[in-house]
Amino acid sequence: MPNPFTPIMQGMKITLGHLFKKPITLQYPEERPKVAERFRGLHGLKVSHNRAKCVACYLCPTVCPAKCITVEAGEDANHDKFAAVYEIDMLRCIFCGYCVEACPVDALKMTGEFELANYRREDFVFTKERLLEKK
Amino acid sequence: MDNVILGLPLYYYIAMVAKVLVAFVFVLLTVAYATYAERKIIGHMQVRIGPNRVGPMGLLQPIADGLKLFFKEEIIPAESSKFAFLVAPLVALVPAFLTFAAVPFGSTIEVMGYKVPLQIAAYYDTDMGKVVDLNVGVLYVLAMASLGVYGIVLAGWASNSKYSLLGGLRASAQMVSYELAAGLAIIPVFMLVGSLSLQEIVKAQEGFRWFIWSSPMTFVAGLLFYVCALAEINRTPFDMPEAETELVSGFCTEYSSMKYAMFFMAEYANMVTVCAITATMFLGGWDGPFSRTMPLLSPLYFIAKVYFLMFVTMWIRATVPRYRYDQLMTLGWKVLLPTSLALIVLTGIAGFMGFNTFFG
Repeated sequence: MPNPFTPIMQGMKITLGHLFKKPITLQYPEERPKVAERFRGLHGLKVSHNRAKCVACYLCPTVCPAKCITVEAGEDANHDKFAAVYEIDMLRCIFCGYCVEACPVDALKMTGEFELANYRREDFVFTKERLLEKK
Repeated sequence: MDNVILGLPLYYYIAMVAKVLVAFVFVLLTVAYATYAERKIIGHMQVRIGPNRVGPMGLLQPIADGLKLFFKEEIIPAESSKFAFLVAPLVALVPAFLTFAAVPFGSTIEVMGYKVPLQIAAYYDTDMGKVVDLNVGVLYVLAMASLGVYGIVLAGWASNSKYSLLGGLRASAQMVSYELAAGLAIIPVFMLVGSLSLQEIVKAQEGFRWFIWSSPMTFVAGLLFYVCALAEINRTPFDMPEAETELVSGFCTEYSSMKYAMFFMAEYANMVTVCAITATMFLGGWDGPFSRTMPLLSPLYFIAKVYFLMFVTMWIRATVPRYRYDQLMTLGWKVLLPTSLALIVLTGIAGFMGFNTFFG
């Protein structure tokens, strides 16, 4: 019969050792977690020369597997194509990041923002204004 | 003051009421804060923080828990046996507190010329010049400890629920099996002391001649008694009656509100008393450095020992997983019971050969 005391003693030693370790608990709402650099959170539309870099090429809605991106092209004063409407439905988005990879002008990125809870369904549709990166 | 009521001086009654109040409040507070301490200690052993929201460091948590339970709905299952269902929590709780009456929590102190032994069921007899206490103290303690099982079985039976019934049955089987071993494990102690009075047992251990290290037999007996005591009060690793993975929460599945709180209090009060008895019988009770010359220190030593043992029970809970039911029975009947019987025989043989303890 194996000695029944050694395993219990070893276990007791381990638990006593843990008693003096610093707890790893993150006091969440007060303490913020460190989000990884390449974390795929809420999208952001990059800004250059005070306007969104997006040229409304439709590559992102095309590649999107969840079909959550709506883009409508418009023409600005310089006869340049731009995204008059750019909406992402966060209830459908699967955060795969294909849209960011597909973008030919590097106009789209994914931020570390992960608290996307909301009270109304409409609030999950992020319009262009809400997606534009804040300076 | 020469007022004599029923053959005893008035001071006796005052001292008795004071002792009862102090001991009761002490046990109640310890019970309340044992829940907090347990959550904190186990939390830290699992590298978590434990309760820290209510009050500074979460110190008001037991009060918040109590208030919460107080305002919860009182549910009595329609098919339950009402009277037994209502009485069961009380039957579980009262013996847990009653046990403390026989435990000496300090040596004799002198208040205004009247000597007060710090033990509820005791008084100082001036004619005999010594403390008289319950001469079958250990038996009383064992009796009260075994009464606790009635509350649990009653709760399991009265709830009319399969989980509760199974929990109650497990509790009764387990407590009966382990009580035997626990009762036999302390026999070496009274063989050496020659008395069942707890006061005498503590006196025999005075001056660091504690039974835990005074002979190999009593050392094993101490460990044995502690393990059996854990099983008897249904603490992990022997918390079979409320094995939540199997039985929801065992005998208290159907209980809510204050009745549930009473079972909870009974469990922790049992823990306090069991630790107090272990401390009294094996760790020298209130004995400590200078405890004979400064009797006011003695309760502090006693409390320190009880709290240390309570810490160990929590530590064990954080470490050891629950036993399987057949393993539990095997351990009780095939390991602990024969060992305790062997200890009695060994203590007897050693005493016959002239060896009682290392201290003579």
